[in-house]
Amino acid sequence: MAGIEVTALHKRYPDGTVAVDHVDLSIGDGELFVMLGPSGCGKTTTLRAIAGLERQTTGDIRIGDTLVNDLPPAERDIAMVFQFYALYPHLKTRDNLAFPLRAEGLPKPEVHERVDEAARLMRLGPLLDRRPHRLSGGEQQRVALARALVRRPRAFLMDEPLTNLDAELRADMRTEIKHLQGELGTTMVYVTHDQVEAMSLGHRIAILNKGRVEQIGTPLEVYDRPASLFCAAFIGSPPMNLIEVEVADGQLRSHSGLVLTPPPNLPRDRRLVAGVRPEALEVTEPGAERSVPARVISAEWLGDEIIYVVDHGGRRDVRVRMPPTVRFTADAPVGLRHAGGTPAVYDVSTEELVA
Amino acid sequence: MAGSIDEAVSTGPARDHTRPARRGGGRGRAVLEVALLAVLAVVMLFPALWMIETSIKENRDVYAIPAKFFDFKVTMDHFRDVFAASGGGRSALSVSFLNSVVVAGVSTVLATVLGVPAAWAYSRFAMKAKKDQLFFILSTRFMPPVVVVIPIFLMYRQVGLIDTKLGLILIYAAFNVPFTIWMMKGFVDEVPAEYEDAAMLDGYTRLQAFWKFTLPLLLPGIAATAVFALIFSWNEFVFAIFLTSSDNVRTAPPAIAGLIGGTTVDWGLVAAASVVFALPVLAFAYLVRRHLVAGVTLGAVRR
Ligand SMILES: Nc1ncnc2c1ncn2[C@@H]1O[C@H](COP(=O)(O)OP(=O)(O)OP(=O)(O)O)[C@@H](O)[C@H]1O
Ligand SMILES: [Mg+2]
Repeated sequence: MAGIEVTALHKRYPDGTVAVDHVDLSIGDGELFVMLGPSGCGKTTTLRAIAGLERQTTGDIRIGDTLVNDLPPAERDIAMVFQFYALYPHLKTRDNLAFPLRAEGLPKPEVHERVDEAARLMRLGPLLDRRPHRLSGGEQQRVALARALVRRPRAFLMDEPLTNLDAELRADMRTEIKHLQGELGTTMVYVTHDQVEAMSLGHRIAILNKGRVEQIGTPLEVYDRPASLFCAAFIGSPPMNLIEVEVADGQLRSHSGLVLTPPPNLPRDRRLVAGVRPEALEVTEPGAERSVPARVISAEWLGDEIIYVVDHGGRRDVRVRMPPTVRFTADAPVGLRHAGGTPAVYDVSTEELVA
Repeated sequence: MAGSIDEAVSTGPARDHTRPARRGGGRGRAVLEVALLAVLAVVMLFPALWMIETSIKENRDVYAIPAKFFDFKVTMDHFRDVFAASGGGRSALSVSFLNSVVVAGVSTVLATVLGVPAAWAYSRFAMKAKKDQLFFILSTRFMPPVVVVIPIFLMYRQVGLIDTKLGLILIYAAFNVPFTIWMMKGFVDEVPAEYEDAAMLDGYTRLQAFWKFTLPLLLPGIAATAVFALIFSWNEFVFAIFLTSSDNVRTAPPAIAGLIGGTTVDWGLVAAASVVFALPVLAFAYLVRRHLVAGVTLGAVRR
């Protein structure tokens, strides 16, 4: 087991595409580290560079204490699970699992023992004598995971391993992967574009955008204080409301008059935007205390909650998350007020968190 | 992915469903279809049938007027003449058949050995101006052999390849490599690169990964491609007749053509030689027919 250090990674493909502009990552030993970002932001490229399947243009990669820049994948002692599971089609499950071990030249009894152990961990017993085309997607994925762990590598790399599964199975496998990683204590780098997956799995999350790291933090940090406007708009469903604000009389005030608690040390003379989570706002009866007049544009009923889209006279409509017991009809005149703690505040020109 | 193959195969009941609908309105149409197909089959097969008939007719019946379709005397003399010289020993024709086997076989192996790894490389690696390179490779096939045969004749005379089997082998391989690269690239594209990635992480080098995982999956494609290359080399006439002259180098197509053109033509011998010439290609295509179908339809099934 080992940590992974990525320093100033830059990857330019021969056709001129810059897939990774500048990435620094410091992944701890035994950590479950998630790389999250929109399609095309360079997640897969970064992961493949760590695996050695792609040579970075510049930058260093260390696994443990070893500088691996010039090591072929075979010598990096890591296992990777692909979105398309890449089980060898002509081999039975048992042989697919034994394969990497035979490649290492392990003695037969040990191969047998390790295959049995991995099969038990991933509950593959009845599937051992089938070929991949006779396995369901979820089963293939379990076999792929088992194949990654029989080798007891220093780190696991996962590239959107659950994308091809249906929603229910995905949730199950998510739990299973998290449990397995905790049990084995092996470093894992997990790539996804699904924020729910990232939030529920990661010890820490790196948010990537256009080949750069926008933020690294625990799921809570990333949710509470997104480091940039990009992160603010990316994390959360629905994401943060971005409300243009001014500092006046020691208060944060939107154009519509909505009053927010100001964070300390706000810079003066800059155009600011406050990021307010939908659950930090409240739809009230019109004229309620500290509320501004507003109007319900639409309501999304999700069963356990309602998302109201509300026009409060600001530049953009805001989204408000309310319990299903509070009901307003569309077009009803209502009040809107801030009910949460201090919001995150961003500088409009630099798009970064200022307070 | 899983199970879709089984489902695709077991379409029996579904097909039966459509039967009743067709039976009602389509009887006359079915008859017409069969009649048309029969006419087509006769037109297509008549030359082949006539060739086979001529090859086993006695000379008297070959030249009989009106032509004899059924009541002729069967003889194997023509086939004997194909292989044995009249004075004993091997005939010139049999030598030319052997030459054809060597030239077609070796040039196909050469084209496959060169073309398959090239196709793999073009499929897997990023390289500068890949499309232009591939177009250039294909463009060497735009020119018909007749157009390039004179320059090649002059070149071959300089380097001493005129009237050698090696010369034919090289030119056939050169013509088949572009075709092999293009056809095989399609097959390689169909094999996910992740197999090789996974194998490399499992401890293999890139070449080992190709050899152990991609190559076995490519075998149907290689078989299909090689059959096409083999048929081209086996049938090739223009280069063979220009670049070779002596009996012990000449391949079968110009040798058979050489039988026609004297004052008298031994049609029985020509027909027998043609039958012998056609058989190996038919047999080979029959042996690899499963691979041929798999090869041609490989891209049609989405995973
Ligand atoms: N082999 C390649 N040659 C050229 N450009 C490439 C290659 N592979 C990826 N790219 C480009 O590099 C950028 C980053 O690709 P990458 O696959 O790393 O994205 P990703 O974050 O994994 O996206 P996704 O979520 O869609 O998988 C994209 O713009 C992509 O088009
Ligand atoms: Mg990707």
